[in-house]
Amino acid sequence: MTPTVEEPDPGAAPARRSREPLARMIALARPRTARFALGVLLGAVATGSAVALLGVAAWLLAKAAEHPPITALSVAVVATRALGITRGVARYLERLVTHDAAFRTLADVRVRVYERLARTEPVRRFRSGDLVSRLVSDTDATQDLLIRGLAPPLVAGLTGGAVVTFCTVLFLPGGLLLGAGLLLAGVAVPLVAAALGRRPGRRQARARGELSTALVDTLYGAPDLVAYGAMDRAVRRVERADEELTRLARRDSVLMGFGAGATSLVTGLTVWAALLLGVAAVEGGTLHAISLAVLVLTTLASFEIVAPLPEVAARLGAIRASGERLFGVLDTPPAVTSPRHGPAAPEPEDSGLRTRALRVRYGVDEPWALDGIDIDVPQGRTVAVLGPSGAGKSTLAAVLLRFRDPDSGRVELGGTDITAHPVDEARRFVTGVPQDPHIFTSTLRENLRLAAPSAHDDELWRALRRARLAGEVAAMPDGLDTEVGAHGTRLSGGMRQRLALARALLAAPRVLVLDEPTAHLDPDTRDEVTADLLTAAEGYSTLLITHDLAGLDRVAWIYVLSEGRVLQQGTHEELRHREGWYREALRGLGRTS
Amino acid sequence: MRPLDPRLVRAARAVRVHLLVTIVCGVAVTGLVLAQAWLLAHTIAGATRGAGTAELSWAITAFAAVAAARGLVAYTAETAALRSAARAKSQLRRRLIGHVTGTGSGASPDSQGHGAVWLSGQDSDTESGPHRAGELVTLATRGLDALDDYFARYLPQLVLATLVPLAVLVVVMRADWISGIVIAVTLPLIPIFMALVGWHTQARTQRQWRLLNRLGGHFLDVVEGLPTLAIFRRAKAQAGIIRRITNEHRHTTMATLRVAFLSAFVLELLATLAVALVAVEVGIRLMYGTLDYETALLVLILAPEAYLPLREVGARFHASMEGVAAAEQVFRVIEEPAAPADDSEVSGRGVPAATVPTRPDTGAAPDTAPRIRFEGVGVTYPGREVPALGDVSLSIEPGRSVLVTGPSGAGKSTLLSLLLRFAEPTSGRILLHDPAAPHGRAAEPHPADTATAAAGTPLTAVPVAHWRRRIAWVPQHPYLFDDTVADNIRLGDPDADLTEVRRAAEQAEADAFVRELPDGYHTRLGERGTRLSAGQRQRIALARAFLRDAPLALLDEPTAHLDPESAAAIRAATLRLLRGRTGVIVAHDTGWAPLVDEVVRLDAGRVET
Repeated sequence: MTPTVEEPDPGAAPARRSREPLARMIALARPRTARFALGVLLGAVATGSAVALLGVAAWLLAKAAEHPPITALSVAVVATRALGITRGVARYLERLVTHDAAFRTLADVRVRVYERLARTEPVRRFRSGDLVSRLVSDTDATQDLLIRGLAPPLVAGLTGGAVVTFCTVLFLPGGLLLGAGLLLAGVAVPLVAAALGRRPGRRQARARGELSTALVDTLYGAPDLVAYGAMDRAVRRVERADEELTRLARRDSVLMGFGAGATSLVTGLTVWAALLLGVAAVEGGTLHAISLAVLVLTTLASFEIVAPLPEVAARLGAIRASGERLFGVLDTPPAVTSPRHGPAAPEPEDSGLRTRALRVRYGVDEPWALDGIDIDVPQGRTVAVLGPSGAGKSTLAAVLLRFRDPDSGRVELGGTDITAHPVDEARRFVTGVPQDPHIFTSTLRENLRLAAPSAHDDELWRALRRARLAGEVAAMPDGLDTEVGAHGTRLSGGMRQRLALARALLAAPRVLVLDEPTAHLDPDTRDEVTADLLTAAEGYSTLLITHDLAGLDRVAWIYVLSEGRVLQQGTHEELRHREGWYREALRGLGRTS
Repeated sequence: MRPLDPRLVRAARAVRVHLLVTIVCGVAVTGLVLAQAWLLAHTIAGATRGAGTAELSWAITAFAAVAAARGLVAYTAETAALRSAARAKSQLRRRLIGHVTGTGSGASPDSQGHGAVWLSGQDSDTESGPHRAGELVTLATRGLDALDDYFARYLPQLVLATLVPLAVLVVVMRADWISGIVIAVTLPLIPIFMALVGWHTQARTQRQWRLLNRLGGHFLDVVEGLPTLAIFRRAKAQAGIIRRITNEHRHTTMATLRVAFLSAFVLELLATLAVALVAVEVGIRLMYGTLDYETALLVLILAPEAYLPLREVGARFHASMEGVAAAEQVFRVIEEPAAPADDSEVSGRGVPAATVPTRPDTGAAPDTAPRIRFEGVGVTYPGREVPALGDVSLSIEPGRSVLVTGPSGAGKSTLLSLLLRFAEPTSGRILLHDPAAPHGRAAEPHPADTATAAAGTPLTAVPVAHWRRRIAWVPQHPYLFDDTVADNIRLGDPDADLTEVRRAAEQAEADAFVRELPDGYHTRLGERGTRLSAGQRQRIALARAFLRDAPLALLDEPTAHLDPESAAAIRAATLRLLRGRTGVIVAHDTGWAPLVDEVVRLDAGRVET
């Protein structure tokens, strides 16, 4: 969206802690250990019931075949029926308990992530909407960790251990055999399958990327392609990419089928070996025939224990990747160091804002984004800052709104350096409309009251009138209670900007910083909004950052920035007649007259 | 949602092959399950009777063979499923792309691009075009990939869930009819109870989903709005609200899940309970001697097998339905009409392919543009009440440049769409007085002939591809492809050599910055050309137009949103492009007015006088 120089630099954030992200994610979930342990226990009961059911039933039949009195069987009969019920019930409870634990963990993690984000500089990394939504979905991935990542292997370990122990007591070779079979099917086969799938996965991901790029080009570029008669060529490119992906997927299926085949084979062969050993032992008199039936049928049933494991590896990989991204963001050191409980800023004597020798850069190796800026916003006057993209305009706004500390230089409000006070103290006096102001999914009233939680409706209307939005709001059937939709999409672009302005006015600041308030508006609305903004800002010390030249005859002073320095300054009239950037810019827009 | 969409079977041949393979594998698995159970029962009962290893060795060996065969079938089925899934996805993807780009089989060259007209964005306010394009890309890639699960996991289980319970039932019936009846009674109970639970909870679940969506979006909203919250010193206060809302979310979700998990609970409970019932009932009859041990074992081993595939199918239903939903979406797109009816009608009765080549030789551009006359042209987009253009009459003279200006929504872009044939007039018509058109056509009287019409050819009578060959278009947001700079410039003339490309770039004031790129003209621009600034992208688009060397140049807001340096360069290049060509510039800024031959002001879809 905006210039490359202002993109965050990954090198600027040194990895302070490089602990395993999975371990750190598990640490985040630690407060919910008890609940989670209960869930795992219930899971083990459920899985164990299924295996035990077949084992007990086998004993029941084998014993019954000896025609004993019914009392010899009654315990087994009751146990069989009970196991038939415990399985379903325990499974149901397990799912509820682990989900509950996962959601509780999610609440913890969200708050942690949020607090951390709120403390670090939010502005630069919030330039990209995709990044934010990925961050949020990475946060939400923690709920998968407990349910799909940790619970299945723990349940399998617990149940598997119990069943193998039981079989070992019953018949040592059989137990060992079952243990080996379960490890093979539950651990070795998934690992080998994952290893086999890694290369095809990468190959196919690359082919999928090609296809996706070709598709994006063809569909987003359709008007250009059609107008220039190039659609056929573009579609052929998609088809070639599709062909390659399909060819790879079909070829690699030879490898991908391994998991399913091997699991089935290991299961079958383990049961077969148990049968072989068992029959020989019965013949040799070392194993009772009843035990043979119990052993073989238990072995047959116990492979259900490891069935969920193949998916765990992939799931944990995805969760780990989420964690890595998440901690990458969270470990970024804050861009603003503020004494958290420092002295309250004194009420400034006047509300003139000025910067002296202000320098900022985003990394030690990077060029200065602001390189010695001196700007004066006299009390109650409006000053504009212009310049081509990449000139440092947005960095200036970030410093004034306290999203970023200056590397050197001062920002003074009424003679006091505002960077010496806690961040929120500075924001009592300096506020404004950031680039892309966020409109929350709520009502107009709630969006306004964000800036002044105790404001009455009268005050809200006054601010709306000043921002020239009152008429439109009054015409809405729900008035202030109108739902604005996600990101305020039910409002027009101009209305969103006016709402953001009204909100800033409600905060009753001394200084208003307006960062590109008309960036995403169409030209007609742009001129109107600019005019209304300038009118509304009368009486405040206002810094208007813009790349739009409309209405600048109304501001007191204009600064033109380029590559972090002040290139030109003066009034509109002065600059209009002086050779230089401003004059060129006016001419470029046909506004010379 | 149906488990097996007949359209899916009809649409992709790969699906039919897959179904066949899956059924064959399913039959094999069923047979092996039965064989395995019988061999197990036989061997255990034999050993209990006192038979030795020697006597049972054939059964034990056979069991090993069955185990190996099951492994082999599982491997084959999975591999075959993935192969057919890949093929089926490819077939669906190609049909989708062919349809939306108008290049699919059956589409005439004339209809090319008509499917994609929505992509041009009928009005820039809604940006429905790009939005739709994004949706389609996702659908054609990740959306269809969800079919893997459907083909490789769900369909095979669906086949097994039909075959295995039936086969088990038949075998158990024959071995021991009483157990057979227990299974026969409980088996249908499972789907019945699941349907009852599902039906009972659906309304409740749906109501909660809506609430869930709202609560679920809150965290994203707050994180996105963090800078705004910070400015108003509300950031810290939100932490508590996040905890509260997430907890509310948890309460609601748990309430939903308590109900949603019920159907799995019923399934699991009934399946296990039925096995327990069979075991007890068989055991007791065994004790009284009315049943032999081997049969009892066979029934016990088979009983769980009858319920297992049902459980598996249930577990896989939701994941695989994503793929089915994607396929359904593909069908919905494919079933939309591709080209407007009147267009095919025109190309049907219009120009025989022999008279006018639909794909004229590249390079030999017609030297002059026709005089273009709008006669009472109106456009009303489908689903809109207010016309985008109403009753516009104007004339564009060969070799002259026209500036079309006016406020947003005045119909400026629609006018360009008409000239590009991305849209057709819904009333009135556009006539060409074309020295380059075949004489026979120009003289042919129009059915609704008036005194003026006899002199011109309706634009709709000219094949679209032919017409567009005479246009060089510089859109407001030119699309740059993930390709080299040179190939991006070559868009309209793929065979141009590098000298020609460079000359076009020079004329477009692009040569200087292209040379500074790491690989000059061979630099790849990356996805959507993000490497370049807006002004540079505009100049690449101008270079395309120069290379196209067409007699009619259409420009949409060439200097909007640009910094002054870029704007000046583009202005110079544009004037160069207009020299000797017919030009239409759509722009807000009146700075263009002194530079063109004529100015037309549009307001609310009408020409202002």
